[in-house]
Amino acid sequence: MAEKVLMKGNEAVAEAAIMAGCRCFFGYPITPQNEIPEYMSRRMPEVGGVFLQAESEVAGSNMVYGAACAGARVMTTSSSPGISLMQEAISYMAGAELPCVVVNIVRGGPGLGGIQGAQSDYFQATKGGGHGDYRLLVLGPSTVQELVDLTMEGFDLADLYRNPVMVLGDAILGQMMEPVEMRERPKRDLPPKTWATMGAAGRQKNIITSLYLDPAKLEKHNLHLAEKYGRMAAEQVRYSAYMTEDADVVLVAYGTTARIARAALDRARERELKVGLFRPISLWPFPYDALAAATTGAAHVLVVEMSLGQMVEDVRLSLGETKPVHFYGRTGGMTPSPREILDEIVKIVERGA
Amino acid sequence: MHEEVVFAGFGGQGVLLMGQLVTYAGMMEGRNVTWMPSYGPEMRGGTANCGVVVSKEEIASPLVSEPTSVVAMNRPSLEKFQGMVRQGGLIIYNSSLVDVEPARNDVRVLAVPANEIANELGDVRVANMVALGAFLGATGVVSVDTVLQALKKVLPERRHGLIPLNQKALARGMELAAALKAG
Amino acid sequence: MQKVFGRPEALADVPTHYCPGCTHGIIHRLIAEVIDELGVRERTVGISPVGCAVLAYDYFNCDFVEASHGRAPAVATGIKRASPGSVVFTYQGDGDLASIGAGEIVHAASRGEKITVIFVNNAIYGMTGGQMAPTSLPGQKTTTSPRGRDPETAGHPVRVCELLSSLSGVGYIARVSVTSPANVAKARRALKKAFEVQLEGKGFSLVEFLSTCPTNWGMTPIEALKWVDDKMAVYYPLGDYTRVPEVG
Repeated sequence: MAEKVLMKGNEAVAEAAIMAGCRCFFGYPITPQNEIPEYMSRRMPEVGGVFLQAESEVAGSNMVYGAACAGARVMTTSSSPGISLMQEAISYMAGAELPCVVVNIVRGGPGLGGIQGAQSDYFQATKGGGHGDYRLLVLGPSTVQELVDLTMEGFDLADLYRNPVMVLGDAILGQMMEPVEMRERPKRDLPPKTWATMGAAGRQKNIITSLYLDPAKLEKHNLHLAEKYGRMAAEQVRYSAYMTEDADVVLVAYGTTARIARAALDRARERELKVGLFRPISLWPFPYDALAAATTGAAHVLVVEMSLGQMVEDVRLSLGETKPVHFYGRTGGMTPSPREILDEIVKIVERGA
Repeated sequence: MHEEVVFAGFGGQGVLLMGQLVTYAGMMEGRNVTWMPSYGPEMRGGTANCGVVVSKEEIASPLVSEPTSVVAMNRPSLEKFQGMVRQGGLIIYNSSLVDVEPARNDVRVLAVPANEIANELGDVRVANMVALGAFLGATGVVSVDTVLQALKKVLPERRHGLIPLNQKALARGMELAAALKAG
Repeated sequence: MQKVFGRPEALADVPTHYCPGCTHGIIHRLIAEVIDELGVRERTVGISPVGCAVLAYDYFNCDFVEASHGRAPAVATGIKRASPGSVVFTYQGDGDLASIGAGEIVHAASRGEKITVIFVNNAIYGMTGGQMAPTSLPGQKTTTSPRGRDPETAGHPVRVCELLSSLSGVGYIARVSVTSPANVAKARRALKKAFEVQLEGKGFSLVEFLSTCPTNWGMTPIEALKWVDDKMAVYYPLGDYTRVPEVG
């Protein structure tokens, strides 16, 4: 077991990338994720990697596209407004099937918004963001350890599926310090990058493009992508369920909010209210079936987010009309407190009784 | 054992370091810990604070909304955070810079003339360590020895010469806390 | 019998989609010849733009990547930084490079990225049907400047070589045309020099080609070549724009 070290989420995510073999980082400063490029600028030269501060997120994400074309393990990180600027390259990478890891340390929006933590980029991350029929694998860690583990895992999954992977954090996770073990991971068998463009030495030329002018060919390409997304959806569903077995009210929350919800759950259980917590870890693919199974016995579901209600739509897709789905959210960088969530639980229970 | 602490003051008073030392020491003593700073424009010469959780249990929320203790190094910090402290909790304030009394009578209160003591010790910059010593003495969240070990890890090697001074400052703070307990 | 003319190995044996009288074909061939001459085909990665040359990846016989509009220098940066042994060139039109990609080209040049940029300036948006380009001449009629480009409202044409030549990262920068055999020969020398600068690690290199668009200019191929000589080359003088970097 590796020794535990105390690290900021932002620094931990950077070191995790290095440990996962990431040797190219392109980025542009934006609060609250600046510790990541700062860390990378120190660390990459030590491991013979590339750190480049791009002239914009638009350019930086296209550098990621280029490095991915050359077969490199590559990452960029940003926060909400910067991630909006990267949507072009993300769509192109999805279309051209290029692996990379994009970390979004989400802050409040819309527009320039604020710099405190939020979860208002859920739609952007899981439902598209850029143009076209594509999906990202989206992972939502809730502790610094999980941020590290999922970032490392993200590089493998990106290579496995030849698809961009997004780690959806938030400013709280990025700024907080927590003990973390930087664990070496077992090496996965991954397909060789025979498609990469580094010069056609002794082989036919490789072309990387997302352009298909013939609609029949573009449809075929999209169907190929859809088949891949189907595999991802079947193989990569991740979640955790806590005390849901006997729960009357199941809280559904991801990321930092899941931790706050857990604090509310502890208080509710002290009052002998039967409350459980379902935490999606993969936000795409969303654990629709697992959520339905974990809430079979519950009378109510309460979704808590740092937004005005985005993931709640997936929860409703999962549960349909089987039971009431309630929502509590704070937005703009405000965080729900355990007490506020407990108050909501009490209201639901009293109304239901 | 579950402590949620806010350390707050002006930027430059070393309040983030106070929190980091408690967090680090908590980790070294086998506790679960989290540290969450304020950040952004208010850090540039304005107020700074951090929330620290030290617990035997797995830590759910890293956000401190109802602290068991608040350490306020200036008046704006005291005014901002005193109302949040749990009943029976603790307020430590830097009486060198705060010229009002805390407005709570359902919590323990400890006035620490941190700047004056630090000046006596020869360096006003260790005022944070005086207050931290008082906090450790009053709560026993982590031991002062572990904090000193943590300090060695947090401070860059070239500044380890400052450790004896910090140790003295911590000790003076501990003495004040002992007086509170005795009184 | 001795073979005196053949297809360069770096050029694919396929028909192109370019219009009659367009000089993209000549420029493609020159690039392929230089790649062959330098013996770097198996190390070369090209980046095609959005614009008429979007399908350039089909016409060259080397690895190729299609970039989004204007971002070819950023994509090239990513490839070159990740794979420093590769020979990387972008092929960009005037809208791609001087309008939507103005930021990327300036910063790639400024960083001295060891890439070669082929900039094809025909003073118009060809693929989208003849709209005004950042390099359209004053008074030039296009579908979005039907009364002729008025600099008062539509701004002035951008002189890319002059603009970029002030940046210290630039190792070589030149403007050429392919309107005559003599100009073609000069252009070929400039291209070779540009790739050599990359191979020698001497920074960013760019060759601007004044090119034709008979279709959207509404001219015959011969008239178009003459327009390049008589109009474009006046506003955009041919020559070597490389500056010896100032010290200090």
